[in-house]
Amino acid sequence: MVELTLNGAAIQLDAAPGTPLLWAIREQAGLTGTKFGCGIGACGACTVHVDGRAVRSCSVPVESAAGRAVTTIEGLAASPEALHPVQQAWIEHQVPQCGYCQSGMIMAIAAFLETNPAPTDDELAAAITNICRCGTYQRIRNAVQSLGAAVVEEVRNV
Amino acid sequence: MSEDQNPAPEGQANPEQPAKKSRLRKWSRRAFIGAGAVAGGGLVLGVGGVILAPNRLKYLPAGAVDGDGQLNTWIRITPDNLVTAQIPHCEMGQGALTGLGMLLAEELDADWSLVEIRQAPAEDVYANGYIIHAFLGEVGFTPPAWLFRAMDFTAFKMADIFGIMTTGGSTSTRGTGAFGMRLAGASARAMLLEAGAERFGVPIEELTTSSSRVVHAASGQSATYGELAAAASALDLPRRPTLKSREQYQLVGTSQPRADIPSKVVGQAQYGIDVVVPDMLYAAIMRAPIPGGQLTSVDQAPALTVAGVTQVVVLPDAVAVVANGYWQAQQGLNALSPQFTDAGVGGVDSDAIHAMHVSALDAEPMEATLEGARTVSAEYRVPYLHHATMEPMCATARMAEGRLDVWCGTQDPLSTRGVAADAAEFEPESVTIHNQQLGGGFGRRLPGTYDYVEQAVHVARAVSPRPVKLIWSREEDMRHGYYRPCVHSRFRAALDARGRPLLWGNRFTGGFGDGSAATPHYAAEETDVQAVELPVHLRTGAWRSVAASQHGFFVESFVDELASAAGRDPFEYRRELLEEEPRHRAVLERAAEMADWGTRPPDGRARGIAMVESFGSIVAQVAEVGLDESGGIRVYRVDAAVDCGLVVNPQQAEAQIQGGVVFGLSAALFHEISVRDGAVVQRNFPDYDMVRLANAPWVNVSFVDSGAAIGGLGEPG
Repeated sequence: MVELTLNGAAIQLDAAPGTPLLWAIREQAGLTGTKFGCGIGACGACTVHVDGRAVRSCSVPVESAAGRAVTTIEGLAASPEALHPVQQAWIEHQVPQCGYCQSGMIMAIAAFLETNPAPTDDELAAAITNICRCGTYQRIRNAVQSLGAAVVEEVRNV
Repeated sequence: MSEDQNPAPEGQANPEQPAKKSRLRKWSRRAFIGAGAVAGGGLVLGVGGVILAPNRLKYLPAGAVDGDGQLNTWIRITPDNLVTAQIPHCEMGQGALTGLGMLLAEELDADWSLVEIRQAPAEDVYANGYIIHAFLGEVGFTPPAWLFRAMDFTAFKMADIFGIMTTGGSTSTRGTGAFGMRLAGASARAMLLEAGAERFGVPIEELTTSSSRVVHAASGQSATYGELAAAASALDLPRRPTLKSREQYQLVGTSQPRADIPSKVVGQAQYGIDVVVPDMLYAAIMRAPIPGGQLTSVDQAPALTVAGVTQVVVLPDAVAVVANGYWQAQQGLNALSPQFTDAGVGGVDSDAIHAMHVSALDAEPMEATLEGARTVSAEYRVPYLHHATMEPMCATARMAEGRLDVWCGTQDPLSTRGVAADAAEFEPESVTIHNQQLGGGFGRRLPGTYDYVEQAVHVARAVSPRPVKLIWSREEDMRHGYYRPCVHSRFRAALDARGRPLLWGNRFTGGFGDGSAATPHYAAEETDVQAVELPVHLRTGAWRSVAASQHGFFVESFVDELASAAGRDPFEYRRELLEEEPRHRAVLERAAEMADWGTRPPDGRARGIAMVESFGSIVAQVAEVGLDESGGIRVYRVDAAVDCGLVVNPQQAEAQIQGGVVFGLSAALFHEISVRDGAVVQRNFPDYDMVRLANAPWVNVSFVDSGAAIGGLGEPG
C-alpha cells in the first residue's frame, strides 16, 4: 500500500511493490488518461508530474511517489471550466490527431514551461523528446509559441 | 414483402465452410430505407433491415417505421432542433467524423453548432456503401472510377465485395461522405421543406433553408427543423434528392474545430486500452517470435508463483498469462521460457531476404534498350516497415451467457466482428464490437490484421465468464506487425537526344497491387512496368499510403537520375514531361513557387522536388535539406502543394499533410525492420526511432483547387 497525493487528493494505492507508477495510476486509481506507449521511458506517453516535475511513469516504481504529489492529465486543469493554458492552446491550435500521445506531451510541456516560460526552439526540442506518431509537431510549436515562447520563426526560416 | 422469400445470391449457409459463413452473409441482408418518427415527435432517417438480397433495396412507405427501434438511423432530428448524425467510420485522428458530419450538415443546411456527431455501431446497415446503395443502387448507379482507385489491394477488394465498414485507403471522406452522408442530408432537407410548405400553405419552391430553419421569405414565416421534424417524419422519402453544387457550399470548405479534440487534451478520450469492464482480468502474451512458429512446450509453474497471476493460457502459437493487473501478467510472462518451432525459417536474415529480391529481379530482365539511345539505370530498395501505433495492440473480451463482447480500436468494426465470431465459434449476431478511439491506425487495424482480437477472444474463452483485457507489450507489437513490404525496384530508361525518356522500364518485387502506383505520370514513348512475384518472410499489410510510399520514392528518385543525365533542372525536367497532365503540372508548379525554386537556398542546404499521386490526390513537395551539427541529415522545411479536389475542412486537411510528411520522414531517416534468425530484430523505440520535435521540419501546405472530386488525404499526406 502506497500513500500519495493524486491530483490534490490523498490516496492509497494497493499495488504490488515494484509496480510502475503508470499501472498503479491506470488500474488502481482508475485514471486512464496517462498512456502506456513503450514501457521503457522512451516515448513519453506516460508522462505525469511528481512534485511538479515531469516523470515518465512507466519507468518508476509506485513506491518512489510515496508521500509525493502526483498530477496526471486529469488533474492538470484547475477545473473543467478552467483548462490549463497548454490544454487551451492545444484546442485553439487543433493539435491532437489520434491524441494518444497528447496527455504525455501536454504534461511534459506544461512542466517544462514552468521552468522555462519562453524557450527557444532548440531549448524546446532538447527538453521535449516525446514521440507523436501522427506528427503533430508543427502545431505543438505553434501552440507553445502562442503561450509566449519565441520558437517558430527561427525554424521556419521563410 | 414477397421479396422476403428470395434466396440470397451467395454466402448463405455452406455447412462445409463455417468460418467463411459469417462474413459472406453480410450482404445477404436486404434493407429498406425509410424515415420515421421518434418518441416525442422527431424525424429519423435510415435503414430498417430485414433478411433479403442486398442489391434490391426498397423504400418504405411513409409512416411504416415507428420509431428508431426498427430503423438504424443516419440522421435524427429532435424537437429541440438538435441534429444527430451517425457516421460509419472510426476516428483515428484524421478528422473523419467531423469532416463527414460537415458534408451531411451542408446538404441539410443545418446549423453546425446544433449538430452532434456519433460513430455508428458495428451493424451491417452502417457498412460503407450501404447508404449509396440504399439511395441509388436500384437505379443502376455506378460510382465513378476514381472511387475505386483506393481499392487496389486486398483489403479494399474485400471492402468492395463484403461491404465492410472500413476506414482506410482515405475512403471515408471520399466514399461515404461524398455519396452517402450528403445524400442522407439532402433527403432529410427535402422532407423538411415539404413539411414547411404544408405548414405555411405555400408552394415548396418559395421556401429556402438556412441554419436548421425552413424560411418563407415572402411572408416572413419560418420554422426550425425541430418544429417540422414530426410532420416530416410522416412524408415519403425523396428517391433522388438534389445535391448542392460546390458553389452553394457554406460550411464545407471552412476550417472547423474537430469534435474529438477537447476530450483528447484532458485525458477523457477513451481508447481501446482504457476500457474498464467490471471484474476484469488482464493478460500479457508472447507469440512465437518467428512467423509461423508454434508453441512446443512451456513450464507454467514459474508464472503461477508470481503474485497476482491467476492462470496461464496456452494457444497453438502463443502463451498468455492472466493476472489481476497488467504488470503482474507481464511479470508472470517474463518468468516463462516457452519453446517455439522456427517454422523452418529460423535461418532467414535480412541479407538473405535482400539477396532473394535481387535474384527475383535478375530472373525478369527488362527489354533490350533502344539502339544508340543513352541509357540510365538505377536500383533502389526499401526495408520492411512497422506501423508502430502509439497505442500497442490491445483488446478486451468477455464471453458469457452465449454472448461475446469485444472492446477495441479497429479500422473496421464489422470485419472485426467476423474475426471475433470465428474465434469464439459464435454467430456474428451473438457478438458485439464496442469500437473505441484508435491510438493510431495507419493500416495496422485494417481488415486482415485482427490477430490481437482473435487472441483476446481465445483468452476470454479460457477465463469465461470473466472479462479480460489483453495488452501487447511494445516489444510484442514491434515483432508481430503486418509490415510494409520490403521492395526492390530496378529501373532502366532510354533517353532521346533531348534527354526525354523513350523507354521507361521498371521491375519491382513484392508489394501490393498491380503496379499502378509504380506507373509514372511523366511522358515516355513506351513504359514497361512489371511487378515480380516473390514469397514474403514476414506478414505484410497496408501501411499509410500503401504502395505509393515506396514507389513514389523509387520513381521520383529515378526521375532525378534522368534529369541529371539530361543535364536538366529537376523541376523543369518534370514540368516538361507533364505537358499532358495539367493537374499534376499545376501542383508541381505550385510547390516550386512556394519554395522559391530557382533561388539560392540558405548556405549549407539544398532543395529537392518530388510529386506523387495516390488515392485520387496529387501532392508535390520541395524539401530543403542540410546536415546538422553531427553530420546527420536534417530536413528543415517542406513546401507541399496538394490537389485533393474539394477540401472539406482545410485546417484538418493541412494537419493530415503535415503529419504525413513527418510519417514519411521517420521512415526515410530511421525506420528499418530487419530479420535475424528468422525473427524481427527491432524491439522498441530506441531501435525503431521516430522524428521528434528536434528533427521535425516546418511544413507549408497549399491546396490547389482543380475542381476535381474529393481525393484522399490521410494516405497521400
